[in-house]
Amino acid sequence: MQRLLNRRTTMMVGIAAALAVVTACTPTEAPKPIATSGVEPTGAVELWHFFTDREAKALDETLAKFKAKYPKVTLTVKGGQDDAKVTTAIGAGTGPDMAISYSTDIVGKFCAAGAWVDLNPYLQRDGVDLNAIPQVARSYTEFRGKRCTMPFLADAYGFYFNKGMFAEAGLTEAPKTLAELSEMAKKLTKRSADGTIERAGFLPLFGFYENSPSHFAPMVGAKWLNDDGTSAIGSDPAWKELLTWQKELVDWYGYDKLEKFRASLGDEWSADNAFHKGKVAMAVDGEWRMAFLKDQAPNVEFGVAPLPVNKAERAGAGYISGNVIGVSRTARNPEAAWALIKFLTTETDSIVDLSNGIRNVPTTTAALTSPRLTADPAFKVFLDIFANPNSGTTPPSAIGPGYQETFSEFLQGWQSGTQKDLSAGLADVDVRVNKMIKLAG
Amino acid sequence: MPTAASQGGAGRVRRSLVTLTFIGPALIGILIFLVYPLVAAVYFSFTRFDMFNPPVWVGLDFWEYVLFDDPTVRIAAKNTLVFVLLMVPARTVGALLTAMLLNAMKRSRSIYRTLYYLPALAPPVTATIAFVLLLKPGTGPVNTLLAQFGLEGPGWFNDPDWAKASLTLLALWGVGDLMIIFVAALLDVPQALYEAASLDGAGRWHRFRYVTLPTISPVLLFATITGVIGTFNYFTQAAVAGSVASGQVTSGSGIAGTFGYPENSTLTYPMRLYSIGFGNNLFGAANVMAVILFVVSMTATIILLRRFKTFSGGDS
Repeated sequence: MQRLLNRRTTMMVGIAAALAVVTACTPTEAPKPIATSGVEPTGAVELWHFFTDREAKALDETLAKFKAKYPKVTLTVKGGQDDAKVTTAIGAGTGPDMAISYSTDIVGKFCAAGAWVDLNPYLQRDGVDLNAIPQVARSYTEFRGKRCTMPFLADAYGFYFNKGMFAEAGLTEAPKTLAELSEMAKKLTKRSADGTIERAGFLPLFGFYENSPSHFAPMVGAKWLNDDGTSAIGSDPAWKELLTWQKELVDWYGYDKLEKFRASLGDEWSADNAFHKGKVAMAVDGEWRMAFLKDQAPNVEFGVAPLPVNKAERAGAGYISGNVIGVSRTARNPEAAWALIKFLTTETDSIVDLSNGIRNVPTTTAALTSPRLTADPAFKVFLDIFANPNSGTTPPSAIGPGYQETFSEFLQGWQSGTQKDLSAGLADVDVRVNKMIKLAG
Repeated sequence: MPTAASQGGAGRVRRSLVTLTFIGPALIGILIFLVYPLVAAVYFSFTRFDMFNPPVWVGLDFWEYVLFDDPTVRIAAKNTLVFVLLMVPARTVGALLTAMLLNAMKRSRSIYRTLYYLPALAPPVTATIAFVLLLKPGTGPVNTLLAQFGLEGPGWFNDPDWAKASLTLLALWGVGDLMIIFVAALLDVPQALYEAASLDGAGRWHRFRYVTLPTISPVLLFATITGVIGTFNYFTQAAVAGSVASGQVTSGSGIAGTFGYPENSTLTYPMRLYSIGFGNNLFGAANVMAVILFVVSMTATIILLRRFKTFSGGDS
């Protein structure tokens, strides 16, 4: 009996010791306090970003100007780093001083958890006017009052159409409304004798290339989250309007036929992209598609326009997203990191250089109207979409893209026809999303 | 004067110390890389943890969520179970049959052995991309070839009814690693046993059933256990196949957007674990899933060990 008790005691002590080790090994390091105004940034600072090849080179050119301006700062740059690596490194206390992320999905998590420090004290100390940044970009770079990121160029999503196919079908301009889009899609579609789709006027399936609910939401002004952070998907009638329109077009083509056609198309990022190859006549895509078309399909004559919308007063809308940049809570040199962020995101010349080099949309009003900005008429369409108040984005959330993923799961069933009750399905999405948000805290 | 008893006690202590010294490095490794992560996963499963701040105790909240509230976890678990039931027998039987065929060959055996082993050397990502492109409906050479014979090829990775079978085919294609172990095990079966069985009138099937199988049963056990554990952790090929087949090849956390394509048919348990943790920031739920995965894998291993013990007469 005594022996059994001893064993139990030893086991309990062992478990207690293990738990003590586990709890002791969780990161608790607090961010460094900010310096007083006018302190010159010095010392080593490390930046991680995700860019590669041409884009990394363009960034390097702007970083060289920062080095020239701040000779006392030693900058180390590591490209090709994704968000998961940044998250793990900061959690382990070995992260970089600062990082650029390609996704606004991390903003909620990084701001809420304090993985990236709140930049408000720096902004106030240095008198940075945030009104120089359009509202849409301000909204996706802060969460619950914490501005832990600054916008580092933006992506604007609009509408692409093949001018040759339009001329062939007697069409002259891009559709302005969803009804026009359906009508033109049907007119531009070609089928073989057995009904197989040979060319789709518009491929309406969610999950195809850039066809995501987030990119389509500005067509109807659909809302993702309520002001209290809970899901608005089930209660906003705009979603029902969008999904009803989409399902009608899917059914006109036939879901199985569309899936079969989709399976025959090339990869989005390759030269076999369906729009490049003339397999689809119209598509929703980002401004960067123009660079791909120029490079991979220079013979395709295309036009660009804002997204077709449900109401005339929503004209000019598109989807806006962007890269974000922030200072790690474990930064060894947050002052130099902030100096670099300020240089890259608030100085007009730097933003224009980056936009001209990377071919993304600049994120300040001054940079958008700068005479140095290389903007042909097509690129100007995306600049206008970015500045349009009807354009929308996906709001930061503590569950990252969890609300979009849960919704997309429902959409798979909706468009295939296995989910028939739209109201019940959307209500269920609300329940699931709200549960996740509650758990995330 | 030390007594005999005290001398014996000192000897025991010395022997224990020597033993501890020998197994010490391994023990430290087990403590750091097995016990610590395991205890940590159990602890974190009861907490709200974001990797940056101290965990906050939330009790059974995440257990309740994973077990009852997230239907996607159930879909992923079901898919993984189907993969275990499809892939493990397919790979084990496929590897054994290939090894038997190769051993039965009189000429060019080493050339064929190399040829069959080669796919196992291909990096999983590259092999998966190549496989998806080969089977791509409409443009892939396999369906084009089938069309020559008047047959309409299936949708393979793009069809939810065919996606699991396509991944099983991919697993079967890369069976070389297991095949080479079976080749060695079959060569190890004493010829005298076959001769004795033949003298007793045993035919091919009886020689295989009562000589080959019991002799190679430790290797079969190894193949099955590693197969089951490996398939419970199946991630890379399913993630890449979904991404390539959907036409949205991407990387980083963006890849989670194409997880499960088409229609969640290829979403595996570890993929859901990854997206729930790194995508949705519910690390508590991810830890619950990790603990469940460990328990299920361990239980499956114990059951298999017991079954094989019965099958091989206690030698395994």
